[in-house]
Amino acid sequence: MDESQTDTGTFEELALPLLARLYNLARWLTQDAGEAEELVQESCMKALRGFGSYRQGTNFSAWIYRIMRNTFLTSRAGLKYSTISLDDEESDVPEPATVGTPETALLATFNQQAIQSALEVLPLHFREVILLCDVEEMSYQAIAEALAIPIGTVMSRLSRARRAMRAQLADEPGNPRPRSASR
Amino acid sequence: MNCEWMRQRMDAYVDCELPAAEAAEFDVHLRGCAACANAALEQTRLKLATRTAGMKYVPPAEFRLRMEQSLRPAQTAKPPRSLVRWPVAIPVALAACLLLAALLVTNFQHRRRTYAELTDLHVTTLASANPVDVISEDRHTVKPWFAGRIPFTFDLPELKDTGFELSGGRVVYLQHSSGAQLLYTLRKHRLSVFIFQEAQLWPKWMAGSSSELSFHTESWSHDGLRYVIVGDVSDADIHALAELLRKAARQ
Repeated sequence: MDESQTDTGTFEELALPLLARLYNLARWLTQDAGEAEELVQESCMKALRGFGSYRQGTNFSAWIYRIMRNTFLTSRAGLKYSTISLDDEESDVPEPATVGTPETALLATFNQQAIQSALEVLPLHFREVILLCDVEEMSYQAIAEALAIPIGTVMSRLSRARRAMRAQLADEPGNPRPRSASR
Repeated sequence: MNCEWMRQRMDAYVDCELPAAEAAEFDVHLRGCAACANAALEQTRLKLATRTAGMKYVPPAEFRLRMEQSLRPAQTAKPPRSLVRWPVAIPVALAACLLLAALLVTNFQHRRRTYAELTDLHVTTLASANPVDVISEDRHTVKPWFAGRIPFTFDLPELKDTGFELSGGRVVYLQHSSGAQLLYTLRKHRLSVFIFQEAQLWPKWMAGSSSELSFHTESWSHDGLRYVIVGDVSDADIHALAELLRKAARQ
């Protein structure tokens, strides 16, 4: 999902190329294969019905992700997450216990499995902002639209999410000890 | 500007979200500050590793098909041919030509980007302390290791007296599709062979050889699989390995 994309076309033309990406995000949201399929299907149907409200030329992926996220948060599986409040936003994230050196940074290659495990245990609001930024390569503006939050919140949430992920990775045995880059 | 100012903007810098003027100041500071350069390097690596690790899940083929079928009826019907008149047809044809040209350029750019991604994967592998997940020179050990990890299988060549040696392999992801990366060595040079399902890749690739960041590549398709070799050896050496792999696939 290109950060500066502006999309025009029929629903099919815009939605079909995103299927794999939507499914991937849905799996990370639901953490269940069957629920992810249902979520993508229901979200696409909702998006199709509401396609008239999509403004041609704006970021389609942010628009449809917002629909999918809202669908998830109102589903049985997502209800427990929908109560995430500012308490979570403001709660402090611990710094990683260890600090790296230039040598460790140069040698650092992050184990895929460790990163996947770290993502899985992150709180949903941290996990999704990292996925939208690093995996979907959305701009901060597009993420703000997708999550319906101010761009400043995107930046602070992303910073805290990455700090939380570093803390998780630092706890992984055998993984290079990432240092805190942003505070 | 000091290191604290830098650290506060490190996320935005790595995400290419800093205004151009600030990014330029950032670059200048990084050249003279090892600590900040170190932090930026590590954060960039973590971002790239997260990108690869985050593309973990691939939709099942039957689900993809079901979704395509359910979304296709939304397509608008084309007008009957008799309604297309010459005065309309000419500008439409011109527009179609422009669209085709744009599509070709887009395809070319995507293809370049995909080659660049594979080159990045190759470079990351070379820099890694653990470049492969299955370590073996034996093709009968490496090939079965992939069973159940990727949705296809492939054949590997006998390398006796060829100069090539198999070092092992690992699962990699490209465009959300899982595939195989095999690491070979030739006279201390290391080459990566990437294999993916062609149907999962977009746009369709053209067979042939090219260069990316001074790495040489060769790509071809066989039995629905797309093979790409990336390495810093000569085109002739890459082609020799490609021929061995082609021969193994045909057997």
